[in-house]
Amino acid sequence: MAIFLNEKSKVVVQGMTGAEGTKHTTRMLASGTNIVGGVNPRKAGEKADFDGRSVPVFGTVRDAIDETGADVTVVFVPPKFTKDAVIEAIDAGIGLCVIITEGIPVHDTAAFWAHSNSRAKGRPTRIIGPNCPGLISPGKSNAGIIPADITKPGSIGLVSKSGTLTYQMMYELRDLGFSTAVGIGGDPIIGTTHIVALEAFEGDRDTAAIVMIGEIGGDAEERAAAFVKEHVTKPVVGYVAGFTAPEGKTMGHAGAIVSGSSGTAQAKKEALEAAGVKVGKTPNETARLMRELIA
Amino acid sequence: MDLFEYQAKQLFQTYGVPTALGQVATTPDEARAVAERIGGVTVVKAQVKTGGRGKAGGVKVAKTPAEAAALAGDILGMDIKGHTVHRVLVDPAAQIEQEYYASFLLDRANRTFLAMASYEGGMEIEQLAVERPEALARVPVDALAGVDDAKAAEIVAAAKFPPEVAGQVADVLVKLWQAFVGADATLVEVNPLARVADGSVQALDGKVTLDDNANFRQPDNASYVDVESTDPLEQRAKEKHLNYVKLDGSVGIIGNGAGLVMSTLDVVAYAGEQHANVKPANFLDIGGGASAEVMANGLEIILSDPSVRSVFVNVFGGITACDAVASGIVSAFSLLKSRGDEIDKPLVVRLDGNNAELGRKILTDANLPGVQQVDTMDDAADRAAELAGASA
Repeated sequence: MAIFLNEKSKVVVQGMTGAEGTKHTTRMLASGTNIVGGVNPRKAGEKADFDGRSVPVFGTVRDAIDETGADVTVVFVPPKFTKDAVIEAIDAGIGLCVIITEGIPVHDTAAFWAHSNSRAKGRPTRIIGPNCPGLISPGKSNAGIIPADITKPGSIGLVSKSGTLTYQMMYELRDLGFSTAVGIGGDPIIGTTHIVALEAFEGDRDTAAIVMIGEIGGDAEERAAAFVKEHVTKPVVGYVAGFTAPEGKTMGHAGAIVSGSSGTAQAKKEALEAAGVKVGKTPNETARLMRELIA
Repeated sequence: MDLFEYQAKQLFQTYGVPTALGQVATTPDEARAVAERIGGVTVVKAQVKTGGRGKAGGVKVAKTPAEAAALAGDILGMDIKGHTVHRVLVDPAAQIEQEYYASFLLDRANRTFLAMASYEGGMEIEQLAVERPEALARVPVDALAGVDDAKAAEIVAAAKFPPEVAGQVADVLVKLWQAFVGADATLVEVNPLARVADGSVQALDGKVTLDDNANFRQPDNASYVDVESTDPLEQRAKEKHLNYVKLDGSVGIIGNGAGLVMSTLDVVAYAGEQHANVKPANFLDIGGGASAEVMANGLEIILSDPSVRSVFVNVFGGITACDAVASGIVSAFSLLKSRGDEIDKPLVVRLDGNNAELGRKILTDANLPGVQQVDTMDDAADRAAELAGASA
């Protein structure tokens, strides 16, 4: 089953013909993703070639959906244009919008998020990201930039704010395999939270246990801890990065900042542990805790 | 990026928020001149990007220009919570009748914006929120609808502002919101917003945080960068477009991806508990690409930090394969050598993930001086901490 993304997913790529879009469309195709088109108003009607695979380019997301039945879009367009691209995808009624782009002004993210919620009609668009690596359901589909060759299909679900820690954890547990790994992104405002992913994993038959990875900034992990305590019956282990981060400094991700006494890794760890979630000191120890839990 | 008070007030003025703004001075003589121009009583205020200036003695009232000069002499150079005072703001003194509070900020949890306002200003807002939560109104603001007259009136009512200032405060809120949006801010805070002797409402202090992601459409942001107070290594790293934060330990860190680097710092600090309590010296994320040039620039910055005693290069080959990263390290060494830089500190390299074996072989064959490889992140962190601890 997996969550959010499966073998039936039909994926379009916004910004497919740019440098990042080209590189990662090639990789997504190679890992078996059903990419049905790209979107670029200036290249509508053309075909783009990715290592011998020809993919049609549409002028709008609407056209791509009408022609192909696409239900997922992966967004690589530059920060300046991301807001318009996402609003276009939302208005076209796409089911899932995965925003890889890093560096989007938070006022733009707040605007497209509000826009998404203001749409009364139809099924709402699920937004993942921005500033995220996307998600992969190994063996089924890969929407974003997560390397497909780290691990195989399995029963671990993973939700993480960080891209490279997602890869690291998939690698640590590569022998077990994953149902879905979701990178939700490191920006202050993100569309899909830990809680939404935890809820989906809880309801997913293919997922037996869950790893959640957090980092400093905001209180998403504390909220997720409360959610786990109330609603998650499957085993959950956690990892939090940023114990050594100084107050007031942005650590790489726009959202990774300790402000005063809020957003600290210590507070997140304590909240998770209070909810019964075992938290590893290192990614490796976290993987070990998971092995013990499901042994 | 945070602004100084005077920059925040300049921004307020641009958007028509009433504020009493004098001028900045960097010497006592300049402060005297500003006070003379203003005439009457002035306030000399330390310009530092931290709270609690008043308590630290960084805000003083001057009755005469001579006193303003003397106070500026005391305040300039003062250390307030680790921030050195390089300039003071000399403002006309206001006769405060009543202090209020108003701010707009990003509400991460609710993924929108929030207005906070109170008829009780002056004290630290965190303190107010804890001690008198009922006195602090929190009103969500829709990112698309924003703050118009009606919304401002709603905030004013929620915060129970007295009727004699309600209209003025609402007007301030609308303009403050325009500043918030116009400058791509994540915080605009006025504390205190004050009713002064003539009955008008003015912003007597200002705190603004801007969104660095909006730099591409905010041409003024470049001028706000406070080079003086930036760590010299951070400044150099920034010029080379490196994502670097200086810390106070002795293990230099290079890694790819913000999350993995944060994790690396923690794992090193954790390992350091067994090795003379050594700690990470920096955060440096060289990103997914990890090209030879970026690796060389990163190594150069870290090796030039005198407090660094060992370096830990922690790379997970995800998008970039480890053989490319290993070649990057080899090229970085020759690049640094050709620049005349000596690599005299031990390097611990951990390569894992995509093509790790190939990458490790490249490094083994290159036989670089001082470079040792450890296969796992935890063991490599331990080795790097051990090396830094041993040379302490």
